[in-house]
Amino acid sequence: MVDVTKADRLAAGQGNALAETLDRFRRSSEFVIMPILALIVSGLLFSVFLLALGKSPADFFSLVWRGGFGTSFSWQNTLVRSSPLIFTALCVAIPARLGLVIIGGEGALVLGGFAAAAIAIPMIPWAPALLLLPVMALAAMIAGGIWIGLVGALRHYRGVNETIASLLLFYIAVSILNFFVEGALRDPSDPNKPSTMPIGRDNMIGAIPGTDVHWGLVFGILLCAALYLLMNRTTFGFAARITGGNLRAAQAQGLPVGRLMVISCAIAGACAGLAGFFEVTAIHGKANASLIAGYGFTGILVSFLARHNPLVIVPVAIFLGGIAASGGLVQRRMDLPDATVLVLQGLIFVVLLVSETFYGRLPFFRPRGDL
Amino acid sequence: MSKFELNRRSLLKSSAAGLLGLSAAGLPRLASAAGLTVGIVYVGPRDDFGWNQAHAVAAAALKEVPGVTVVEEENVPETIAVQKSMESMINLDGAGLIFATSFGYYKPFVLDLAAKYPDVQFRHAAPLWTDADPKNAGSYFGYLDQAHYVDGVAAGLSTTTNKLGFVAAKPIGTVLRNINSFLLGARKVNPDVTLQVIFTGEWSMPVREAEAANALVDAGCDVLTCHVDGPKVVIETAESRGIKCCGHNASQAPLAPKGFITGAEYKWATIYKMFANDLAEGKTLPNFTGGGFDVDFVQSTPYGAGATEAAIAAADAARADVKAGKPIFTGPINKQDGTPLLGAGESLDNYDPSLDQTDYLIEGVIGSIT
Repeated sequence: MVDVTKADRLAAGQGNALAETLDRFRRSSEFVIMPILALIVSGLLFSVFLLALGKSPADFFSLVWRGGFGTSFSWQNTLVRSSPLIFTALCVAIPARLGLVIIGGEGALVLGGFAAAAIAIPMIPWAPALLLLPVMALAAMIAGGIWIGLVGALRHYRGVNETIASLLLFYIAVSILNFFVEGALRDPSDPNKPSTMPIGRDNMIGAIPGTDVHWGLVFGILLCAALYLLMNRTTFGFAARITGGNLRAAQAQGLPVGRLMVISCAIAGACAGLAGFFEVTAIHGKANASLIAGYGFTGILVSFLARHNPLVIVPVAIFLGGIAASGGLVQRRMDLPDATVLVLQGLIFVVLLVSETFYGRLPFFRPRGDL
Repeated sequence: MSKFELNRRSLLKSSAAGLLGLSAAGLPRLASAAGLTVGIVYVGPRDDFGWNQAHAVAAAALKEVPGVTVVEEENVPETIAVQKSMESMINLDGAGLIFATSFGYYKPFVLDLAAKYPDVQFRHAAPLWTDADPKNAGSYFGYLDQAHYVDGVAAGLSTTTNKLGFVAAKPIGTVLRNINSFLLGARKVNPDVTLQVIFTGEWSMPVREAEAANALVDAGCDVLTCHVDGPKVVIETAESRGIKCCGHNASQAPLAPKGFITGAEYKWATIYKMFANDLAEGKTLPNFTGGGFDVDFVQSTPYGAGATEAAIAAADAARADVKAGKPIFTGPINKQDGTPLLGAGESLDNYDPSLDQTDYLIEGVIGSIT
C-alpha cells in the first residue's frame, strides 16, 4: 500500500521525503489514536455512570491511578495480575490470526496447571528444581497444547465450531481437575480444600529480585515477542494470516490449512498451559480449584483490545491488570460494589469494538494524494 | 472467659505453650492512639444471606467501635488476588489487623504475608493455625454445631412426618458434625425422627441446592436446613413448597416469612470487637480462638413465624443447657453403620478434639458420605 501511494506521489511530482514521512506517521497513528480516543470515551461514559450513583469520577480515577500505578507496591500488584493475562491472551490471539475465535483458554490453563502439578508428584523426592521445573513446564505446554489443538482439529476435520468446542472443553477440563484432585491425587493432609501434593517451597519459582513479581511476567513478554516474530516474520505466520484472510484462497494456494490450524491452536493452548504452570509453581505450589480464576476469560478481552497483536498484548494486559489491582482500593474507599471495575472493563470493551468500525472512515487518517 | 481458655487447650493440647499466644511480633504498629484500621476480605458478596454476610454483619458492628476504621473487599478469589488485596490494605490503607474469611486464603497467602509483615496481625476464619506458623497469624472459629443442635430441637418438635432434610455442601468434618448435632437435637425431643442428607459437592451450587431441597420435600421431609455457603436457595425453596426451615451462617428469616423456625448463626462480631479492643489496650491477640454459645461466638436467629411455642421453649432450654456445658453427644449413639460411637452413660465434651475429626454420620441419618 505504501508503495502505491509512493508511486502516486512520484507521479504527481511530490516526492518530498519529509512530507511523506509525516504522512505515513499520521496514517499509522490511527492505530494509537483510535484506542486512546476509545478509552477517553469509555472513561466519560463511566463518569456518567458514577455520577448517577452519586460518586465522584475524579475520586474514582485518582484511586485507579493510586491502586494500579501510583506506588511501587501498586505497580507490583498490577504486574502480578497481568502476568497470567499475557499468556491467556496469546491463547486467543494466535488462532485469531487464522480467523478462529477460541474462548476456552481457561480450560488449557486449568489442565496445564494440573499436568504440571501431577507430573511433579513422583519426581519431587529426587529431582532438583532445575530438572523438575522444565519438565513441569513441558507437561503444562503439552497438556494445554493438546487441549486447544483438539479444538483446531475438530474444526478442520469435523467442522465443529471452535468457539463452542473450546468453551465446552473448558468444563471438561474442570471436571478432570476435580476428579483427580478430589480423588486419586488428593493430598490427604488438606481435608477441606482438595489439592494435589504441594511441590514444595524449594521448587517454586521465585520473584524477580527486588520485587514481588514472579518470573512469569518476563517469560510472558519474551513469549509475546517470539510469537510476534513467528506470526509476522516467518512463512508459517504468513501462511496463517492468509488462512485467516481467506480460507478458500489459502486452500486454493495449496497451503496446508488443517495443519496450520491445529499447530496454531496447539501453540495457543501451550501458552495457556504455561499460565497454569506459573500459577502452580509461582503462586499456589499445588493444583486445586483456585486455578479456575477467570484469567482465561479476561485473556479474551486482552487479546481483542490488542487487536490480536502479540506485542500490544503486553501493555493491554498491564492496563487491565492495573484496573483489576485498583478494584479493591476503589471498593474500600468509595464503598462501591466490586463489580464497578467490571462495568468499566465492559464499557472499554464495547467502545473499543465500536471504534473498530471507524477505522479507515475518519478523513484525518486517510491518505492524502494532494498533499 | 475461663471456658474459652480451656477450649483452646483442648483443641491444640500438643502445643500448649504456643496457645498462650505469646507473640514475638510485639504490638501492631497501629494499635496506638492513632486508631486501628481493620481489613476484612470476603470470598463472595457481602449480601449472600450466608457465610460472607455473617462476616459483613460483624464488620458493620466493628465499625461502631470508636477509633476503629474498617476496610472491606468482597468477591476476592482464593488466588494471588487475595494476597494483593490484603497487601494493598496494609500498604495503602494502613491496616494493622486483617481478617481473612475464606478457607483457601490461609495457605499460602496469609502465611506468606504474615512472614512478610511481622507488625501486622492476621486472623483467619478456620481452625488451621499451628504453632509452626507465624506468631502474628492465627485462627478464629465458631462451633456452629451447638446452634445446629438447638435448631434440631426446634425442628424435632415442628415435624409431623418425622422426616427432616439437610442439604450439605461437602462431606468434611465441620459439615458432618453439624448434621450429627442437628439430628441429636431433634432426637432429644422426638426419638422417631430421621434426617435425610443430600450432598451437593460444592460450597456454592445454587441449582443443585434447589434440586436437593425439592427432592427432600418430595421424599416427605417437612423441615429443611442446610450447610452451604449461601442458604438462600434452600430456604426459599422450603418456603415456596410450604414447609418449615432452619437457617445457617447468617439470618435468613426475611426469606421465609411463614416457615422460618430459627437458625444457626455465627456471631463474629464478638471476636472482631474483642480483637480490636485487645489491640487498643496493647494486649497480644490469641493465636487460636474458638467457642460456641458459652463465649457468644454463635447465636440462634430470632424465632420466625414457623416456630411453635413448644419448639421455642424446648430450644431455649437446649441453648441454656449447651451454654452451661451440657454435652450434645450423650450416649448411647451409634454410627450410621451400627458400630457404637458412645455407650450408654458416655458422653463427649462439646469441645472434644475428636469431634473436629468427625468422619462419620450417626444412626438415623439417611444418606451416604461417599
